[in-house]
Amino acid sequence: MANLDDLYREIILDHYRTPRNRGELTSPSAIRTEGFNPLCGDELVVYLDVQDGVIVDIKLTGHGCSISQASSSMMSAAVKGKTVAEARATIDRFKQLMTVHESSLDGQGEAPVADIRTMGELAALQGVVKFPVRIKCATLAWNTLSQGLDEA
Amino acid sequence: MSSYSARRVRGDTPLLGRVINGRPITYLDSASSTLPPRPVIEAMTRYYELRHANVHRGVYQTAVEATDVYEGARAATARFINAPQGLDEIVFTKNTTESFNLLAKSWGAANLTAGDVVLVTEMEHHANIVPWFQLREQTGIEVRFVPVTDDFRLDLSDLDRLLDGVKLFSFTAASNVLGTRNPVKELTRIAHDHGALVAVDAAQSVGHQPTDVVDLDVDFFCFSAHKMLGPTGLGVLWTRAAILESMPPFLGGGGMIADVRVDGYVPASGPTRFEAGTPPIAETAGLSAAIVYLEGLGLANVARHEDELTSDALKRLANEFDGRVRVIGPAENVDRGGVLSLDVDGVHPHDVAQVLDQFGVCVRPGHHCAKPLMRRFKLAATARASFGPYSLTTDTDVLLEALGSAVTMFG
Repeated sequence: MANLDDLYREIILDHYRTPRNRGELTSPSAIRTEGFNPLCGDELVVYLDVQDGVIVDIKLTGHGCSISQASSSMMSAAVKGKTVAEARATIDRFKQLMTVHESSLDGQGEAPVADIRTMGELAALQGVVKFPVRIKCATLAWNTLSQGLDEA
Repeated sequence: MSSYSARRVRGDTPLLGRVINGRPITYLDSASSTLPPRPVIEAMTRYYELRHANVHRGVYQTAVEATDVYEGARAATARFINAPQGLDEIVFTKNTTESFNLLAKSWGAANLTAGDVVLVTEMEHHANIVPWFQLREQTGIEVRFVPVTDDFRLDLSDLDRLLDGVKLFSFTAASNVLGTRNPVKELTRIAHDHGALVAVDAAQSVGHQPTDVVDLDVDFFCFSAHKMLGPTGLGVLWTRAAILESMPPFLGGGGMIADVRVDGYVPASGPTRFEAGTPPIAETAGLSAAIVYLEGLGLANVARHEDELTSDALKRLANEFDGRVRVIGPAENVDRGGVLSLDVDGVHPHDVAQVLDQFGVCVRPGHHCAKPLMRRFKLAATARASFGPYSLTTDTDVLLEALGSAVTMFG
């Protein structure tokens, strides 16, 4: 049985209560990307300031559940100051973390492919995989970031 | 004579015997779908085991019996809502949504032209909004909305002006979000005075209170079997036989025709004109059983029981949690049903529902297919708890316990 504590880790609740990088970027060069989760009604706007291949600033607005809000806050902290290539690598690792393995759903072993030792705080989100309907909450921010980087 | 005990209904409902996350299931999502009692499930099983055949086709014994099952459900449904001309007025659809699509795409397309007005309300389910928007795209009709007041009722202060030029007033008998029950009979009288016909979304009312379409004097009545202890996949559109006979066919194909030649077709008369293709047959067996079961309970008894549960829950929700749990719907238990949309301060509805699941409590988070209403109250979503004929105050006990946990967890 999936335990609620696996989902609502303290660090996730912390990011939910005190989200990082909230706000807007108003400079004309900032990239604005919207993400929606039509079934939940979650809405997210990611603002990116990319200069010389580096994400010099990132801001977020929108609303959603604790998982989507915490995931977006943690995402912003993880990629701010990183190169676009590093951010894309982090997106890939995060998506691997969110991949549902039938073996882990059957309870026959945890099997995230991503090495959680390289993921810092983001590893706290791996418990989401045990709650498959919530995976889309966690991935919204990352898909939106990915779209924004495509425009950079 | 009817006799009713929620505890007995509970015993008749197999799904309520389940254990979820180590707790007995607390099912509080009857506004989404009600749970079928054993007689409904057995009627469908018995149909497949003994009588299954296609309807309106064969002359062999089981084909005749299958047709009797299907047409028998039409008669039972007519009796259930007191349709004045009986089974000639009952069209089977897939669900309430399809009933509204049939209404818009058949009656609407044939009777409404550019500039004609369909009046709906701000508390409608998308099923009673989007088909009219689609018709607007095709024909240029106007879709007008009756606003909702801050205390979650229809704002009828300007109704006479809103009804000006209206050909159809289509509104819900009971809101699937707010629980608000609208004065169907009175609104119908006023709409008729303005020369408008009236369609009612009865999805949230038929399983919870008695229905009499003659007394209400409405013109169209849409509902689903699965919201009155029946199976999914089966809905109903009732309208007066005279209107039904004037409506052009909806979907084309087998079963809905009188004749087909290489140069054209002649549609069938009566309800079958709207029932192209092999219909849900086992589901009609389930619906008949649900009707017999509900008649045995007595819907007036069910209404009284759910009313008591609602009063109790409203009182307790108002007194606990230091105001952190707000009910999005009438606070007084007057003209409202057992639907409690909850807004928990600082906790997103999806998180509320997730914590509640840990206690085996089933509620529905989301916008409930009523986004104009959610926007009206500046909400993205609510966590909705709703009662059925099998609900008990112990369900409310567990709901409050679980809500307490959600409030604590998110501080």
